[in-house]
Amino acid sequence: MEHAPGIAFQILQSVFVVLAAPLLMGWVNQCRAWLQNRAAPSLLLPYYTLAKLLQKDAVIARDASPLFRVTPYVLFGCMWLAAGIVPVLATDLPFAPAADVIALVGVFALARVFSALAAMDIGTSFGGLGARREMLIGFLAEPAMLMTMFTAAFISGSTQLTTIVETLAHREFAIYPSLAFAAVAFLMVLLAENARIPIDNPTTHLELTMIHEAMILEYSARHLALIEWAVSIKLFAYMTIGFALFVPWGIAEAGHWGALPLAFASLALKLAFAGAGLAVLEAMLAKVRLFLAPEFLSTAFLLAVLGMLIHFLMQS
Amino acid sequence: MSLASQFVNLLAALLLLIAFAMLSQRRILTLIHLFAWQGVALAASTFVVAYTTGQSHLYFSGVLTVVLKVILIPWVLHRLIDSLNIKWDVETLLNIPTTMLAGIGLAIFAFALATPISQMANTLTRSTLGIAMATVLLSFLMMIVRRKAVPQVIGFLAMENGLFFAATSATYGMPLVVELGVALDVLVGTFIFGIFFFHIREQFDSLEVRHMERLKED
Repeated sequence: MEHAPGIAFQILQSVFVVLAAPLLMGWVNQCRAWLQNRAAPSLLLPYYTLAKLLQKDAVIARDASPLFRVTPYVLFGCMWLAAGIVPVLATDLPFAPAADVIALVGVFALARVFSALAAMDIGTSFGGLGARREMLIGFLAEPAMLMTMFTAAFISGSTQLTTIVETLAHREFAIYPSLAFAAVAFLMVLLAENARIPIDNPTTHLELTMIHEAMILEYSARHLALIEWAVSIKLFAYMTIGFALFVPWGIAEAGHWGALPLAFASLALKLAFAGAGLAVLEAMLAKVRLFLAPEFLSTAFLLAVLGMLIHFLMQS
Repeated sequence: MSLASQFVNLLAALLLLIAFAMLSQRRILTLIHLFAWQGVALAASTFVVAYTTGQSHLYFSGVLTVVLKVILIPWVLHRLIDSLNIKWDVETLLNIPTTMLAGIGLAIFAFALATPISQMANTLTRSTLGIAMATVLLSFLMMIVRRKAVPQVIGFLAMENGLFFAATSATYGMPLVVELGVALDVLVGTFIFGIFFFHIREQFDSLEVRHMERLKED
């Protein structure tokens, strides 16, 4: 049982991410409210919402198939799995070799496919509309995401997130133009994939503009709670992937359990900054028309590809 | 890699990024601002190369870049679009995502073309030759896909930026006489284009260059 501390830590980290994710959501919402000169909601509001939703009775459409009932659990499971793969606090994750960055993108894709299928399952027009839009965004965001990952993978010589973090955290100081390009591309993908403002507005229920909300309109009670929770874990996972690729400093190495408090503090600091930054970005940007979303995402793809090309050019 | 060379690489990447931004930009005013910023990046990289290699004539060309391409030409272009009263959106022949994809293709082509050449060079900045060539080709593309005369001229000027950068990265710059000549040409060219704009508009009530096809004699 030489892996025992590793496995214990793996479980601890997964549970930590799942429990802390709504807090991040609450922080982003609070920052947004401050920037809009509103009285901010409580930091713990997402938890209260989840608790409220979990107590209610679920209403399910008469024509709903089992797929509709299963989807929230699949979504939650996918996001939890993603949270287990991404090195959040330390790089010693026994489960991490199970999936590299490509499989990680696949996990997100699986969640997307299920939510789109469930949205179409009910047969309401909103569900179909939301599913189509989500797939449009998804199929444009995925290649950009993969290209971003590849840039970091080429620099560190591995597609394993833990290895990437270990390599990048130990390198001597050097300016990587390729990583700068990849970081901008990743930010754009993060905004699109998490239904944030230039692409989708997480707070709107206006039928002309909503994408993610249109898909989950039919859900209620515990199903809705699981989906909301999965959404906040997704945001948390994306942010920690961004930290892992671009600002990996402070993370605890394998076997250095003493560095864990420092890793925890640096993570909290990074998340606070990233959450506030996200809120500022959302306050400054306006939501773009749906038909401009391909342009936004093709720019992200372009930046990611440029980052990779420049990496090759500078290498030779 | 030394820090200076890394810094030049970063500026080169910025130059390429601005070239792509110009390709995707719809407003003429922003296009002019981007052109000025491209000049800033170019001048900064020239100064870094000049400082690291001790090539004093590069300081002159850096100053020339700042005066001409960051201050004078953007100012002239501002005056021009003010007096022509054009701030409308630029019309493109291809839609923007397609143009961007074509741009990526051009960048790959330029990088592949430059790699064997830059392996022969022994300058500090040899790895940026591919970026310089990509900038030239992207400016070509911009001249091709734009309908109106003003963005085409900005594309032409951006192409000159790319050429200048190529000269700096491959051979630490051209002789000062040549650079002075090119700079003067660009300046005079801008003024002549300015006069042309007025003539084109007087003749056709528009700055779309495809109207010029009517000038043919049957």
